[in-house]
Amino acid sequence: MTATARETVLGRVRDALALSDGPEVTVPRGYRTGRSLPDEERLALFVDRLVDYRAQVRTCTAATASTVLAEVLHAHGARKIGVPPGLDPTWLAGYDGETVTDSADVPAPSLDALDGVVTASAVSCAETGTIFLDGAAANQGRRALTLVPDLHVCVVELSSVRTGVPEALAQLTPEHPITLISGPSATSDIELERVEGVHGPRTLAVVIRTDR
Amino acid sequence: MSSPTGPATQGTFLGMPAVPPRSPYGTGHLRGERSFPRAAHDELGNGQLRRNLGKATHSIRAKRLAVTGELPDWEQLRDTGSAIKTDTMNRLPELLEQLERKVTERGGTVHWARDGVEANEIVTRLVRETGSDEVLKVKSMATQEIGLNEHLATQGIAALETDLAELIVQLADDRPSHILVPAIHRNREEIREIFLRHIPGVDPALDSDPARLAAAARAFLREKFMTTKVAVSGANFGIAETGTLAVVESEGNGRMCLTLPETLITVMGIEKVLPRFQDLEVFLQLLPRSSTGERMNPYTSLWTGVTPGDGPQEFHLVLLDNGRTAALADRIGRAALHCIRCSACLNVCPVYERTGGHAYGSTYPGPIGAVLTPQLAGMHGAKGDPNSSLPYASSLCGACFDACPVKIDIPSLLVELRHQHTEQSGTTAEKLAMKAAAAVMKRPGLFTAAQKAAGLGRVPAGRDGTLSRLPPPLNGWSDSRDTPAPPQQTFRSWFASAEGAAAMRAAAEEGARHTDDAPQEES
Repeated sequence: MTATARETVLGRVRDALALSDGPEVTVPRGYRTGRSLPDEERLALFVDRLVDYRAQVRTCTAATASTVLAEVLHAHGARKIGVPPGLDPTWLAGYDGETVTDSADVPAPSLDALDGVVTASAVSCAETGTIFLDGAAANQGRRALTLVPDLHVCVVELSSVRTGVPEALAQLTPEHPITLISGPSATSDIELERVEGVHGPRTLAVVIRTDR
Repeated sequence: MSSPTGPATQGTFLGMPAVPPRSPYGTGHLRGERSFPRAAHDELGNGQLRRNLGKATHSIRAKRLAVTGELPDWEQLRDTGSAIKTDTMNRLPELLEQLERKVTERGGTVHWARDGVEANEIVTRLVRETGSDEVLKVKSMATQEIGLNEHLATQGIAALETDLAELIVQLADDRPSHILVPAIHRNREEIREIFLRHIPGVDPALDSDPARLAAAARAFLREKFMTTKVAVSGANFGIAETGTLAVVESEGNGRMCLTLPETLITVMGIEKVLPRFQDLEVFLQLLPRSSTGERMNPYTSLWTGVTPGDGPQEFHLVLLDNGRTAALADRIGRAALHCIRCSACLNVCPVYERTGGHAYGSTYPGPIGAVLTPQLAGMHGAKGDPNSSLPYASSLCGACFDACPVKIDIPSLLVELRHQHTEQSGTTAEKLAMKAAAAVMKRPGLFTAAQKAAGLGRVPAGRDGTLSRLPPPLNGWSDSRDTPAPPQQTFRSWFASAEGAAAMRAAAEEGARHTDDAPQEES
């Protein structure tokens, strides 16, 4: 009976460790964790980083959310948008275009016919300008929904914006499909010149709700 | 542990435990056809390449310094990254088994591959089982290393690269020259030519503006993303604790391939496993800042097995050895396995900056390639193995060590590999010369005579006092260096002369004056 590849590879790893035992280590955790900043500073930092990566940024309150979202969608000429099944319907109260509620059995290519998509978000990191989408959350939807359309309008609650990467990652459920987004899709592959918009949405518009 | 008189040893002398066998080396694109100096010689003649590389490496370098300088805890992050990697290697068997268990629990299937040949066969079989004869590729060093695309082609399966630079390289039937920006040796005019020639149905009026070139690739690939049933990716990290895999990217081609096809096959080197989900908080700070010089790359995807209703419903993880266990067995060299493929060492290397990636002959170029490639694939595969020249492709300046986000001491690894190379090389002219020098230096009379004889070496020196070509067996040295002509007079003969004696007296008087001024030492 010959050994399986699994047995062979694991056997080789154990043999290698027997030949050369690495130094025992205790992992130091001297880097910054558990940071928090007041709302205004966190907002300013987050906006600065989003703008640096050429995302478009608007702020709103609960009272103005539907107006601001309608303005953003209108500004991009979005007449037909997709939404995840659990999106707060009051957000689109001011939008007069067509709204398509997404579901798992809508074939991905048909998402290409949408002008844009509006979703919520799970958590964000101010220091890097990163938005985390949780694919298992009903107000964020499956991953294809925020990927195929050319415009992604993402609503971020300021209360969900954390200061640094460790604080933001700690809010996630690891087993869910998670997408980290920092600005629109980009490439620097041609002579290192940055081009926004390759395969993902070419426009990322972030609407930050500041009053909750 | 049993005592020496215990039942296990009764009546039998077991002696020393047997030394485990060394693992075999890896297969695939891990060896060039020519030695580094010969390949570099030709690359250096390419002015276009040197201009592109100079611009690219300098601009990424500046961005990296700016964003790493922003973090007051950058050094602490590096220390943690380095320690996590050391800890991971120490616990590799249990972590791999844990990763396998978690991925399986979440609906994925785990495969193990002893080498590149076996990994290629596994992927081919998995693609065949889907009934598809085409696959989309996410930029991946591991599949590049094992030559997956070429293998699939021989099996009648077309693999299409979806990263813009990889696509450019693939369409031009070229080789990548940089880990992060593989088409950096091409300029926009060349890329336009490549697209016009190879992309079906491309607008013949396409110009060389990077935005329009990127748009042409978007249009070409979009249809493929929507219709192709199978994708093959690599992985930046695999989390043992949760079974979560991570792909870090910029363009969105990764998200497309990880989300839209029905089947996803991920090929991951066994050294890419990380113990905890929390460890991502370190590596998601270290990697983008070191790699593209961004605070965060545009897109990172995390997925765990299969999620009903979202993404591929069939997920396979291929865990690849291919020489990694051979490297792991080396007490010093194993640190090269800590590499997270950021390419910061390439961008700061004075050698890479001038020669480019092709001269290294391997999927892994630059300083990390010079230590990783010989360990994955060996240095003595044949007489004059090109890999044996890689540890010498460095001035040992140490810039790579400073730039490495997980603190791999590349200069020390290079020196160790040079040592291993000379140890294994048998008798060479250099070894004989060193032996002769040692014998002569032990005997002062012989040493003086030898130095006098060396003075005769001035005769063939040119006007500039250098010898540009030494006779064999020293010509290996003089191929790439000028040798200063030996001085007219040795130090010893100068010291014994009237001139030398006068100079020494003057120095002694000078020294005495200074000692008088200096504060008196306590006795």
